Amino acid sequence: MALNNIEQLLEKYDNAETSLAEEAQIRAYFAQEEVPAHLESYKLLFQYVSHTKQEQFTKDVPLQPKRTKVYQWISVAAVAVLMLGAYFQVTQMNQTKTLDDLSHEQLMAYNQTMEVFNLVSTKLNKGSAHLGALDLVSTKLNEGAENLVYVKEFNKATNKIIKNK
Amino acid sequence: MTQTDFVKLVLPFKDKVYRLARRLLVSKEEAEDATQEILIKLWNNKEKIEDYKNVEAFSMTMTKNLCLDRLKSKQAQNLKIVHSNYQDHNLSLQKQVELNDSVDWVSKIMEELPEQQKIIVQLRDIEDYEFDEIAKVLEMNETAVRVALSRARKTIREKLTKKHSYGIK
Repeated sequence: MALNNIEQLLEKYDNAETSLAEEAQIRAYFAQEEVPAHLESYKLLFQYVSHTKQEQFTKDVPLQPKRTKVYQWISVAAVAVLMLGAYFQVTQMNQTKTLDDLSHEQLMAYNQTMEVFNLVSTKLNKGSAHLGALDLVSTKLNEGAENLVYVKEFNKATNKIIKNK
Repeated sequence: MTQTDFVKLVLPFKDKVYRLARRLLVSKEEAEDATQEILIKLWNNKEKIEDYKNVEAFSMTMTKNLCLDRLKSKQAQNLKIVHSNYQDHNLSLQKQVELNDSVDWVSKIMEELPEQQKIIVQLRDIEDYEFDEIAKVLEMNETAVRVALSRARKTIREKLTKKHSYGIK
């Protein structure tokens, strides 16, 4: 390559106006052994550049596959569900329902049942009032049975009289 | 995304990430740590990676941010400056020593540049990025990238010439 040419290129290079292809040309030029004395300093630069290009990263990189944490979280979730279940079970057992807790329909149903029960119980009481008569009969019967003792006594007395005759 | 897919995706630019980290952090170990961290971050977010249009540009931005953070943080005080050996077996020992020395100059000069210029020079001259790609990585406009690059190149050459001709003139 003509010296003239390379000097022009170098000027462009200094002004950062060269394309990559032109820079490759310059590098190729300075790769040769002999260069004019006044361009010696460029030679050093481009030698350095081509040396540095060959540097490589040789260290190993430990790439660990990411462990999936899903399984760990599933166990945590399971424990949480169990605890919640137990908690609600216990609270439900402890809870005593009052009439205030009932909804309107439930309250209606409750009242109706209570009315029916009341009716049944009044009828039952009426029936049991009549049982008083039976009671009376039974006491009379018992009285009658007591009187039978006199009849027995009378029997004994008559037997004695018959033996004596 | 399996591990093989990931490696395939990352392979083309992992060296670029490393070299950028190296440019900013200087120390080889620090740069390796940073690269490792970037790759692990990418791996951990592998589900999201597929949504990005340009994983490489994204990774370079991540690298830039991570390295600048590192430099700012206290960790930076523990930075070790280690230079690698540049070897070329075709040259005689005399020349090799000379070359090593002068190549070292270049890297020293580059270390003196401001961070942003370092990144731009790295991406353009070493990784052959187009200006629009650099602009994307650095989240700035193309013109600003060009200006910064030009400034950096001039600074490097000026210092290099000065050092090169030291003792001659």
